[in-house]
Amino acid sequence: MSAEQFIPKRPTETAGDTPEDLYDIVPDGALPQGEAMQKQIAGRRTVGSIGRRAFYSSLIIGIIALLALLYNLVNSMNGLVAREFSVAEERLAGPGNRIEDLDEATLLSLLGDNLSASQERRIARSFGLNSLDELDQVQLVEAVRVNVMKEKVVASWNMTPSLFNRSGIEQQVAEKYPDAKLEWNWWLTPRFLVVPMSSSPELAGIRTAILGSLYMILMTMLMAIPIGVGAAIYLEEYADRNTWYNRIIQTNINNLAGVPSIVYGILGLAIFVQALGYWTSGQAFGFTDNQGNGRTLISAALTITLLILPLIIINAQEAIRAVPNSLRQASYGLGATKWQTVWNQVLPVAFPGILTGTILAMSRAIGESAPLILVGASTFIITDPSGPFSKFTALPIQIFNWTARPQAEFRHIAAAASIVLLILLLSLNSLAIWLRNRYRRSI
Amino acid sequence: MEEVRGGAEGLAKSGSEVAARPINLKGRSRPGETIIQALLFLAGIVSIFTTIGIVVVLAVESWLFFGSPEVTFANFFGSTVWQPRLEQFGIWALVAATLTTSFVAMLVAIPLGMGAALYLSEYANPKLRQTLKPILEVLAGVPTVVYGYFAISFITPIVRNIFGTDRIPSVYNMLSPGLVMGIMILPIIASMSEDALSAVPRSLREGSYGLGATRLETAIRVVLPAALSGIIAAIMVGISRAIGETMIVALAAGASPNFTFNPFLAAETMTGYIARISGGDVGYGSLDYTSIFAVGLVLFVITLTLNIIANRIVARFREVYE
Repeated sequence: MSAEQFIPKRPTETAGDTPEDLYDIVPDGALPQGEAMQKQIAGRRTVGSIGRRAFYSSLIIGIIALLALLYNLVNSMNGLVAREFSVAEERLAGPGNRIEDLDEATLLSLLGDNLSASQERRIARSFGLNSLDELDQVQLVEAVRVNVMKEKVVASWNMTPSLFNRSGIEQQVAEKYPDAKLEWNWWLTPRFLVVPMSSSPELAGIRTAILGSLYMILMTMLMAIPIGVGAAIYLEEYADRNTWYNRIIQTNINNLAGVPSIVYGILGLAIFVQALGYWTSGQAFGFTDNQGNGRTLISAALTITLLILPLIIINAQEAIRAVPNSLRQASYGLGATKWQTVWNQVLPVAFPGILTGTILAMSRAIGESAPLILVGASTFIITDPSGPFSKFTALPIQIFNWTARPQAEFRHIAAAASIVLLILLLSLNSLAIWLRNRYRRSI
Repeated sequence: MEEVRGGAEGLAKSGSEVAARPINLKGRSRPGETIIQALLFLAGIVSIFTTIGIVVVLAVESWLFFGSPEVTFANFFGSTVWQPRLEQFGIWALVAATLTTSFVAMLVAIPLGMGAALYLSEYANPKLRQTLKPILEVLAGVPTVVYGYFAISFITPIVRNIFGTDRIPSVYNMLSPGLVMGIMILPIIASMSEDALSAVPRSLREGSYGLGATRLETAIRVVLPAALSGIIAAIMVGISRAIGETMIVALAAGASPNFTFNPFLAAETMTGYIARISGGDVGYGSLDYTSIFAVGLVLFVITLTLNIIANRIVARFREVYE
């Protein structure tokens, strides 16, 4: 075997047929041989394993970021708080007793002695109830602490410093707030879920925000699913791909999927809130509560519908495309019409795929906040949404608003609300994955 | 025989009776089918109306904005000062902030996203892939407002610790939202690139291994170039997501327009401006109100251009292997 090596050249127009024209002839010794070759290979392998580690670590960095995000939320969700009271605990509960140990009757009488009837009604309403008698012991304790003892959080800490630097925090509190009581506090409690907004972070809840988000999603889905699936059926089953308008529709949907959500918000603001304000405010239907102001749930739902339509259409198209053609042909062969074929054969088979895509679009819709800011989600709503024409707030809007505030206590409840939102989304996504796996097996 | 013939005759007779009333095999008009098709077509063109709506709304309100005496084209496109109170509307102040945060984001997202995609497609065994991909999907599903919270409450203190509070004087800076946006876009780039890499036929890799190339050499010199169009499209989509992202920058980048490319400083992006103005009490038809449409138009044109380029690249330069 010759030691010369032939490396093929790219063919060029000027090239002839001689070996010099066709090959780069590598002179003897230019490529490593023997020991040098072993060394070169070992070097390339080292580079290879460095590359593999680099790729692997970029994946790990992504996972670490996710873990850091979750840790950060949990870290802010609970921790020590220092509370000050205008009225000392002993004066109400008696020396040596704790307010938590009192029974309901005592607590009720404490409230009755110290508060006016209208104040009592206001407290009951903040728990979503009509009268104080309906409150349970834990709620009564809270009502007494807030309204009679005038409890106030003066400082709060995250979970990690609270766990590992408790003595330092105790010292700090003793110096700065000698009257304060140091307690462990969970910002995410069942109560947090069921009470409405409040201007003080310890009392605030996300009831109105959750209801607003749920109402909005319900209305969005009622509009988006028929339109989205209909469009997908049209494009996959009816449209002639070679006609110019069908091509435009398809290209347009693909481009709309990449439009930033805030642009949809601008569209919603100008069209649904402004131009169609007479209808979206409910004035056209005799609903005059918001004086023709179109910043309502229905405007938000319409905007979000337009936002997630491309997503639903593209997913449903893929699901419909995956239905084998033989099913359609068999149906036509038996004399079914086009719509009978679509309705009885194609849609049932494509259903799990469509459902999965729809749930994913739904979770996108729940997490969306920029368009809602534009169509005017209010941040301070204490009454439950009553219908499509009521003013509203939503979970992401609430998180945004609380995060944007400078006080640390609001950061804690922003984290608590974020956890609720993430749990909601995770359960939706798991449902989608479960459906996908379940139906994939059965077909 | 007679009987048989008679039977045949009978058959022939009944056949001719049928022939006398032939079944019309041409399509009967079915109004139901037509109505359904029309409804489906209507559902299909909702998206066209959406686009028309976006373009008309942005154009009309921007027209009003440029029509007001305080605003000139020269000022809008020529100035670097955005101070509506002083009648200064230099869009470059907002564009600079958008570019800076997006640049930081892409600095994180492109290498990490590509690395993750290469690992998933070229190295990971199917089992590992099945565990790792859903984690990336979770990362992609986190709402942007939660990322915003993460940026301001976790990343900002860390970067201020690392670079010092004298170099990053404010809580608000462009570095922290940029980094978090990079994390947000990482899974988008990773998943789109991974699709492109997986579409490269196995024979190309086998050929490369056969010539003695290592896994890394095969991945970088053979698979990556073959999947380049898909990867460039992924990067384009990533950039357009970064430019259009609102909540992270609205929470962590600051609320004062500032012409600077220094990521350590606070500055307001285009999306941040739109969110801040529309979140406040803004009078319809006021200059503040119409200005968000002008900024929105610039944003829309930039992202649409990027998306169209991405779609074109995918369609035109896709290497098709049999």
